[in-house]
Amino acid sequence: MSDVSIRTRINGEEWTGAVEPRLLLSDFLRGNLGLTGTHVGCEHGVCGACTVRFDGDPVRACLMFAVQIDGHEIETVEGLSPAAGTDLRIADLHPIQRAFHETHGLQCGFCTPGILMTVASFLERNPKPSDREIREAISGHLCRCTGYHNIVAAVARAAELLTEVEA
Amino acid sequence: MSDRRRWIGERVPRIEDARLLTGRAPFVDDWEPPGTLHVAFVRSNLPHAKILDIDTAAAAAHPGVAAIYTAEDLGALCCPGPVLVPPPPIEGAIFHARTPLPLAREIVRHQGEPLAMIVADSRYIAEDAAALVSVDLDALDAVVDLSTALNEGAPLVHSDLGSNLAAHVRQTKGDYEAAKSAADRVVARRFRYDRGVAAAIENRGVLAEWDARADRLRVWDTTQAPIPIRAAIASTLGLSEAQVRVIAPFIGGGFGPKVMFYAEEILIPWVAMQLGRPVKWIEDRYENFFATTQEREQLHESELALTEDGRILGVRDHFLHDSGAYDPYGLTVPINSQCTLLGPYRIPNYESEFRVVFTNKPMVTPVRGAGRQHGVFVMERLLDIAAKELGLDRLDIRAKNLLDPDEFPHNHEIIYQDSAPLTYDSGNYAPALAEAARLIGYHDFENERRAAAADGKRIGLGIVNYVEGTGIGPYEGARITVEPSGKVRAATGVGTQGQGHFTAFAQVVAEAVGVNPADVRIVTGDTSEFHWGTGTFASRGAVVAGNAFGAAAQAVREKILAHASEALEVSEEDLELVDGTARVRGAPDVSIALGELARRANPLRGAVKPGTEPGLEATSYFGPERGTTANGVHALIVAVDPETAMVDILRYVVVHDCGTVINPMIVEGQIHGGVALGIGNAFYEELTFDEFGGTTNASFMDYLLPTATDVPAIETAHMVTPSPLNPMGTKGVGEAGAIPVAAAFVQAVEDALREVAPTLELVDIPLSPGRLFEALQDAGEEA
Amino acid sequence: MKPARFDYVAPTNLDDALSALAAGGGEARALAGGQSLVPMLNFRLGGPATLVDLNAVDELAFVEPTEEGGLRLGAMARQQTLEHDPLVRIRAPLLAEAAPWIAHAQIRSRGTIGGSLAHADPAAELPALLMVLGAQARVARAARGSESGARIERASSLCDLYLGPFFTSLEADEILTEVEIPGLRVGEGTAFAELARRRGDYAIVGVAVRVRLGADGLCEDAAISLINAGPTPCLAEDAAAALLGEVPTPAAIANAAEIASLQCSPAADMHGSVAYRRHLVRVLTNRVLLRARGRARERVV
Ligand SMILES: Cc1cc2nc3c(=O)[nH]c(=O)nc-3n(C[C@H](O)[C@H](O)[C@H](O)COP(=O)(O)OP(=O)(O)OC[C@H]3O[C@@H](n4cnc5c(N)ncnc54)[C@H](O)[C@@H]3O)c2cc1C
Ligand code: FES
Ligand code: FES
Repeated sequence: MSDVSIRTRINGEEWTGAVEPRLLLSDFLRGNLGLTGTHVGCEHGVCGACTVRFDGDPVRACLMFAVQIDGHEIETVEGLSPAAGTDLRIADLHPIQRAFHETHGLQCGFCTPGILMTVASFLERNPKPSDREIREAISGHLCRCTGYHNIVAAVARAAELLTEVEA
Repeated sequence: MSDRRRWIGERVPRIEDARLLTGRAPFVDDWEPPGTLHVAFVRSNLPHAKILDIDTAAAAAHPGVAAIYTAEDLGALCCPGPVLVPPPPIEGAIFHARTPLPLAREIVRHQGEPLAMIVADSRYIAEDAAALVSVDLDALDAVVDLSTALNEGAPLVHSDLGSNLAAHVRQTKGDYEAAKSAADRVVARRFRYDRGVAAAIENRGVLAEWDARADRLRVWDTTQAPIPIRAAIASTLGLSEAQVRVIAPFIGGGFGPKVMFYAEEILIPWVAMQLGRPVKWIEDRYENFFATTQEREQLHESELALTEDGRILGVRDHFLHDSGAYDPYGLTVPINSQCTLLGPYRIPNYESEFRVVFTNKPMVTPVRGAGRQHGVFVMERLLDIAAKELGLDRLDIRAKNLLDPDEFPHNHEIIYQDSAPLTYDSGNYAPALAEAARLIGYHDFENERRAAAADGKRIGLGIVNYVEGTGIGPYEGARITVEPSGKVRAATGVGTQGQGHFTAFAQVVAEAVGVNPADVRIVTGDTSEFHWGTGTFASRGAVVAGNAFGAAAQAVREKILAHASEALEVSEEDLELVDGTARVRGAPDVSIALGELARRANPLRGAVKPGTEPGLEATSYFGPERGTTANGVHALIVAVDPETAMVDILRYVVVHDCGTVINPMIVEGQIHGGVALGIGNAFYEELTFDEFGGTTNASFMDYLLPTATDVPAIETAHMVTPSPLNPMGTKGVGEAGAIPVAAAFVQAVEDALREVAPTLELVDIPLSPGRLFEALQDAGEEA
Repeated sequence: MKPARFDYVAPTNLDDALSALAAGGGEARALAGGQSLVPMLNFRLGGPATLVDLNAVDELAFVEPTEEGGLRLGAMARQQTLEHDPLVRIRAPLLAEAAPWIAHAQIRSRGTIGGSLAHADPAAELPALLMVLGAQARVARAARGSESGARIERASSLCDLYLGPFFTSLEADEILTEVEIPGLRVGEGTAFAELARRRGDYAIVGVAVRVRLGADGLCEDAAISLINAGPTPCLAEDAAAALLGEVPTPAAIANAAEIASLQCSPAADMHGSVAYRRHLVRVLTNRVLLRARGRARERVV
C-alpha cells in the first residue's frame, strides 16, 4: 500500500509527511526523525525502552504505527529538557533527569529514556507517591543494570524536586 | 601527599549521565550512515537437522533486496570460528574444541543457527525476503537432556567425536577419600542449577562501513571487547589492523555475552566490503534468545565430609556442564564453578571433576557470575543440610570454617580460569559475616518470626557467604594527556556497558593530577584512541584498567611536577597540584596552570633537550600476576505464603569487600543490579525447552525478568581489605551481586516453611511458585 | 521483528469501519489498542491484509451510566479509564479494583476493553470480570449484500462469546461495540484476586466473585468466574449454586471453593501444573468469597 500522509506534533514541533502504514512508531522516531533517544529492546511491548508520551499518556512506541499519530502529539526524551548546545549541564536538565543523576538511577542508560517518559506522566498524576506506588508505576519497564533500587530513589527525588519547582 | 584532594572513594555523580539522560548518548543502532543496507538472517527453527536445500531465488527477486548469502557463497570465510579462551593447562584435562561456522552448512546444531543472510534496503524488506526463503531441513534427534547426553546411543551433536563429551577435567587437593573415612558425618546430595539468558536490554548489533577511498573499515559493535574484535576482523578479512577501527560506543548492558566473538561481527564487515555500502544488523529480541550466548545447566553430585562439631574435612563434587552446541569459550564457566565452590572456607581436601557436554542448545559462555553461582549454591546448600543434620546453627557452621586473616595468601592448589593457581590474595571474612548477621537481625530473628507467625505470616531468613575471583589478567592499558586547555583526556581499551568507567577512571586521574573529575574526558572502546587491551569481563575493569590509569596518572603527575619545577624554579618537593594548577606549597600565588605547562611541554619551534618526550602524556599498562579475591555475605528475609507458594522478599542485605573502592555509589549500583539478576535466576528466569529441543519461551512475555515490584530495596555495607596484588588495592565487583542470591534465597524459603514442611529441601534452581508447590506436596507426602 | 505489509484504513465512524471490515472478506482485521495485535504482527504471527483502525471511531470510546444504575462501556474505552474514572469506581468497583492488574499503565493507556474481550486470552482479566458482573456485549456488522450504512446488531452474553482459547463467536466482519453492566444491587459485594508471576503479567490463576446477601444474611445470588482455569474464561456455576440460600459461613465458602477447584479444567504450562492451578483456584476462591461477603454485608440495609 502506498504511504499515508500524516500531520503531527513531536516535542512541540509540527511534522507533516508520508509514512508506510506498517512503519512502527519507534522506527519512525528513530529512523525518520533521528530521535534516537527512544530505544528499542523487545518490540513486543514488554521492556518499556521505547516508551514515549502520546497525548500525555505513556505508550509503547513499538506497539503503534507511525500513521496512528496523525492528529496527535508525541513527546520523546529529547523533548524533556530544552535542547542545549554542546555543553550539556546537569543544572539545565528537567528535574526528573536531575533526580536520576543525583541518585545514580541509571547505569548503561538504555532503559532510561523510556522510564523518564513514564515517570513524567506518573508524577503529574501522583505528585507524592509512596515507595510501593513508585515500584508499581515503573514495573512496566525492564532494567537489567540497576536492580531498580536507585530508580525508585530517583523517582522519589524527582517528586521532591518537582514540588520545589512548583513551590 | 597531603596536597591531594581525595577523589578515590568519593561518591562522585556520574559524568556520563547527562548524555544518557537526554537521549544523546549514541548506541550502535543510533548510527546510520546514508545508504545503509540492513541485514536479517534466516535461522533454523529446528535444533538439530540436516540441511537438504536452501532456495533463495524468490527472496533474491524481491524488490529492495541487495544480496543474499548462504554458506556456499562465503568461500574461505566459511570456516569455524576461533577458540577464544583456550583451556588452562590442567594436567590430564581433555578438551574438544568445536566452534560454529558463520552460516551453517550441512548440519544445524541448535535452534536459531543462521542459514542465510539477507541484505536489503530496510530491515522490514529483509524480513519480507526472509519469509520467502524456502529451507528444507531433515530433522535429526536432538540432544536435549543433560543427564542422559553422555549415555551410550544418545544422538550426537558432533558425530565425528563419537560422544557428546566436550571436556573432562579433574582437579584435586589433598585426599578426599581419606578425609571421608575420618569424617563423623558425610552429607551427599544432587543439585541442579538451570539458567537462562543475559538479557541486556539492548540486543547486539553491528554496523560496518567500508571507506574505499581511505581503504579503511569502520565498525560499530555492541562488544565488550573492541580490541580483540578488531584483531579478528583484520586477520579474517586480510586487512592490516591499522585499516580497521572498531568502536564500541555506549552499550546497553553487557553481562558477559557481548564479550563473545560472533559470526555477525565478521559477516557484516565482509558484506560492507563486498557491496561497498554501509551495512547494519541489529539483533531483535527473538533472535537474541538463540543468536546470543547463554549460560545454562549444571548437574552436581556433591559430598561434604565433616566432624561432629561441623568442621569441614573435605568436599567432593562431580558435575555435568551443558556447553550447548559449541564451546568457543573453552572451560571458563565450569572452572569458575569448580574454583568458586570452595568459598571463604578452609577446605583441606577437595576432589572436583566435571564433564562438559555438547547439547543441541544455543552456545553457553559466561553470563554475569559465569558459573560461580553454581559453585556457591552447592557449597552453601551442603552447609545448610549439614547444619540441620548435625543440629548446628547455620551461622556457626559457617563461622567455624572461615579462613582467618593470617591464612593469606591462601593457595587452594588448583588452577583457576586465568591459568594461575587459585590463590586468594587477602580477605577478612569473619567480620563480614558478623556484620551481615547484625544488619539482617539474625540473632533476634526467632522473635521476629514468632511475631509474624502470630499474624499468620511465614517468614524466613537466609544468610550465605561467597568469594569471587575477579580482576584477572592479562593486562589493560591507559594513556593520559593534559591538553593545552588544562583539561585532561584519557583513553583505555576496555569497553563500557554502564559500569561508570567515565567517572571512576576520571576520579583516579583527577586525584593524581589535581583536577576535577569533570575535567577529565575518558574515552573507552574506540580502537583508534587506544589499541591495546582485552576487554571488560570477569569483573576486571576497575582492577586492571583502573590500575593502568593509576600508573599512567602517576607518570603524568611526575612530568607535570618536573616541568613546573623548571617553570617556577622551585624544587618538586615544594610543589602541589591543586585545582588544575601546580603551585608552591604555602605560597599558592606562585603557580602555573596545567594547560600552560602542557603548551610548554610541546614547543612548536626552537629546540628541545635530546631525549625529551613531548607533551604531558603517559601511557601505562597493568597486568596482575593473578586475580584478586573479593568476598561478601548476602542475607535476606522472605515471606512465603504456603497456600499459594508465592514468595516475597522483605529485606535484602549485602556486606561486601572489594578492596579499595573508587566510587562507592557506583559499586553499590553494581551490587543492586547483580542482586536483581540473581533474584531472576533464583525465582523468575528459566529458558524452557520442549522434548525436541525447541525453546518454548523466547520472548520477554514468557521469559521473566524481575521488575521493580519483584526486587526489594537492597541495603549495602562495605568492608575494605585491600588487595596486595595492585597498587590501588582494588578488587572487582561487577558480578558479586549475582553470585550467592539463589543459595540465600532457598535457605530463606526453607526457613520460612520450617514448621509447615520440616523435610523440605530445595536443591534445584530456578525455583518458581509452581516448583515450590510441587516440592511442598512432596515434602508433605514424606512427612 | 517488523510487521509484514498491510493496507490501512482509519474510518471515523462505526458504519465505515463495519463496511471496511466487510470489504476485507475475512482478510481484514480491526485494530483497537494494538497491545495484543501488534506484538503478533511484529512476530509475524498471522498477517491480515488490511487493518481497520478503530482509534478514530470516537463513538466507540465512551463510559456512560445507565438508568438502571449500571454502566455502558464502549469497545474503544481504554483500560486505564477503568482505574481512573470515578463513575467506574462507584458503579463497578470490581473493575476499578482489578484494572491495575491488567498489564501496565503504558499498556492500559492504549489497550481497550473491546480489544481485550475480543482477543479472548484465557488468562486475561476483563472477560472474567465482566462475566461475573453479568455483562452483555453488543456486536455489529454491516448487512451483507445490502447498501452501505445498513447495520445488523446483536447482543451476546459474555459466556456465549467464548468458544476456546483466543477463539470467540465474533465473525470476521463483526465489531464488538460495547458492553453493558448492570448496577451493583443492595447487599451485593464483589471481589477479585489473581496470582501472577510478576506485576502486570497475565494471571497464573485469577478469581472474581459477586455475592448478594439478603437482610436475613442468606445468599440470594452468587457468581464466580475463573481466569486461566480452563480454555476460556468461565463461570464456576455449581460452586456458585452451592452458596445460594445458604449463610455464607467459612465452611460454606470452603465448600464452594472446593467445587470450583474440582470442576475447573486448567491446562499446564511453564508457570504451573494442573494440580497447582486447581489448588490455586480453591485458595483464591476461598479468599475472594470471604472478602466479597464482607463487602456485601456492608451493603445490606
Ligand atoms: C506487556 C503486556 C502485558 C499485558 N498484560 C496483560 C494482562 O496482564 N492481562 C490482560 O488481560 N491483558 C494483558 N495484555 C494485553 C492487553 O490488555 C491488550 O490491550 C488486550 O488484550 C487487547 O486489547 P487491544 O485494545 O490492545 O486490542 P488489539 O491488540 O488491537 O486487538 C486484539 C484482537 O482483538 C480484535 N479486536 C479488537 N477490538 C475489537 C472489537 N471492538 N471488535 C472485534 N474485534 C476486535 C483485533 O482484531 C485483534 O484480533 C498485555 C499486553 C502487553 C503488551
Ligand atoms: S521495545 Fe517497546 S516495549 Fe520493548
Ligand atoms: S540502566 Fe541498563 S538497562 Fe537500565
